[in-house]
Amino acid sequence: MSEITPDLVRHLASLARILVTDEEVDQLAGELAVIVDSVAMVNQAVSGDVVATSHPIPMVNVYREDVILPSLTQEQALSGAPESADGRFKVNAILDED
Amino acid sequence: MAKEQLMPYEQAIERFEVVIGLEVHVELNTASKMFCGCANNFGSEPNTNVCPTCLGLPGSLPAVNRKAIESSIAIGLALDCQIAESGRFSRKNYFYPDLAKNFQTSQYDEPIAYEGKISVELETGERFEVPIERAHMEEDAGKLTHVGGATGRIQGAEYSLVDYNRAGVPLVEIVTKPIYGAEDKAPELAATYVRVIRDIVKAMDVSDAKMERGNVRCDANVSLREKGAEKLGTRTETKNVNSLRSVENAVRYEIQRQAHILAAGGSIIQETRHWHEDRGHTSAGRPKSDADDYRYFPEPDLVPVQPSLEWIEEIRKTLPENPALRRKRLQEAWGFADLEFRDVFNSDLLDEVEQTVAAGASPQSARKWWTGELARLANAQGVSITELAITPGQVAEIQKLIDAGELTDRIARDVVAGVLAGEGEPSQVIESRGLRVVTDEGALIAAIDKALASQPDVLEKIRDGKLQAAGAVIGAVMQEMRGQADAARVRELILERAK
Repeated sequence: MSEITPDLVRHLASLARILVTDEEVDQLAGELAVIVDSVAMVNQAVSGDVVATSHPIPMVNVYREDVILPSLTQEQALSGAPESADGRFKVNAILDED
Repeated sequence: MAKEQLMPYEQAIERFEVVIGLEVHVELNTASKMFCGCANNFGSEPNTNVCPTCLGLPGSLPAVNRKAIESSIAIGLALDCQIAESGRFSRKNYFYPDLAKNFQTSQYDEPIAYEGKISVELETGERFEVPIERAHMEEDAGKLTHVGGATGRIQGAEYSLVDYNRAGVPLVEIVTKPIYGAEDKAPELAATYVRVIRDIVKAMDVSDAKMERGNVRCDANVSLREKGAEKLGTRTETKNVNSLRSVENAVRYEIQRQAHILAAGGSIIQETRHWHEDRGHTSAGRPKSDADDYRYFPEPDLVPVQPSLEWIEEIRKTLPENPALRRKRLQEAWGFADLEFRDVFNSDLLDEVEQTVAAGASPQSARKWWTGELARLANAQGVSITELAITPGQVAEIQKLIDAGELTDRIARDVVAGVLAGEGEPSQVIESRGLRVVTDEGALIAAIDKALASQPDVLEKIRDGKLQAAGAVIGAVMQEMRGQADAARVRELILERAK
């Protein structure tokens, strides 16, 4: 069984911007360990000389020409935003400088 | 925030070895974005160059811009890099609203270019070869504006506004290997390196290369170690250094700050820091995430980039003259002294002077215009000199009229002012403002006589050898002629009168 510590769960949760309670941390640690172990079983099914696949179709060099296509209007772009102001998406202040 | 304590620079250099590493982001000047057809355009109304792909809406798919690949390969070649037989894109996952899709499409384990080098010459003539680790492609992020809070600081911000016009604009990130041995020159080397990169991408015309617009941005890594130590010290990465002066100042500041901490027995925290040019110091940002935290994985929606050797060679042929060689060639062609040439080069005016000379002005007159009057006007208007509304061709035209005796330097400045004010071509300004040297000697002599009549003792003084007495008369004549006389000629005429 992989060891998923509560601290690791908290770290992952903060990276994913998900608020978790202490109970959830304990529960998730157990569940994540099972998931990691299950995925690791793939290693048993293939030998070491099989290259990891990131794309199922052997295709390369697919490009488009550098041509401008129509964009959305500002109104369309913001239509799905929960909040907007001054033609921009409005989001909560973030405690981090960009 | 209180300023941190610093060790005097000379003392810091004496005691520690400085190691720097530089990451330069170059925004490409393609017509469209990296992965979609939205315009790559600075200054549009917010969120008008956006589409489902660059907004990260469900179901949208990226498509790679061929020109962006071409420009990236060209940059790689200009930096003497190997071009990857196969490169691929990866997702760099992070949750921050500057990108709506919660990851940045970047390159991780297979960059398009790697293992290069570039020669950097300091003002003293000292040369450094800066080793390039890699140049990889990625997309730029949107622009955040933090609103509210007493001082505009993020801590006090009430909310942030996001404009995604910049999201998806193609970037090439150029990363150096650690640079050793620069010692006290490390800050200057860092700034000069950024300048060299900027000059190269500008000469190649793959980027607008305007630092003030963020087309070229630098993150500076600095670490110190005790002299003779093997192990590298902990580094900090200073972001937000967007002018050459800032690069130099930020590196110098970090050296002094870290030296003070290390000398007091403390340790450096690995973190990103932010440079504040106005206040001249860096401040702590977020603790640096490990690469692991970004959970890079290959972008499943894009296929590998495998440029053919023929394509690479074709691109190689389009590379322009190396900027350093060009400088040598121009200095010789113009016959400028080192100081004169450096003045032009340091003010970024090589192109302007070259074009002015090509349009028919002498090198010296072109230099004087751009580094003198025009630089002064740009400064007064608070714009960069290339933004002045005057072309090298117009400057050359004005200079030709001076050479022909039709304008004096002073009148020429009025013509320039007219051109800048949008009054048209120099000839139109001259016409509409009635600006011509009064070459009618009869009119000049009449004005001189009039002036002498009110200052009758001047001729006597001149005859007594007090030639400076002519000054008062010249002033009166120039006033009468509304400045449009050739002062040297007026003086000649007065002296003739005194004979």
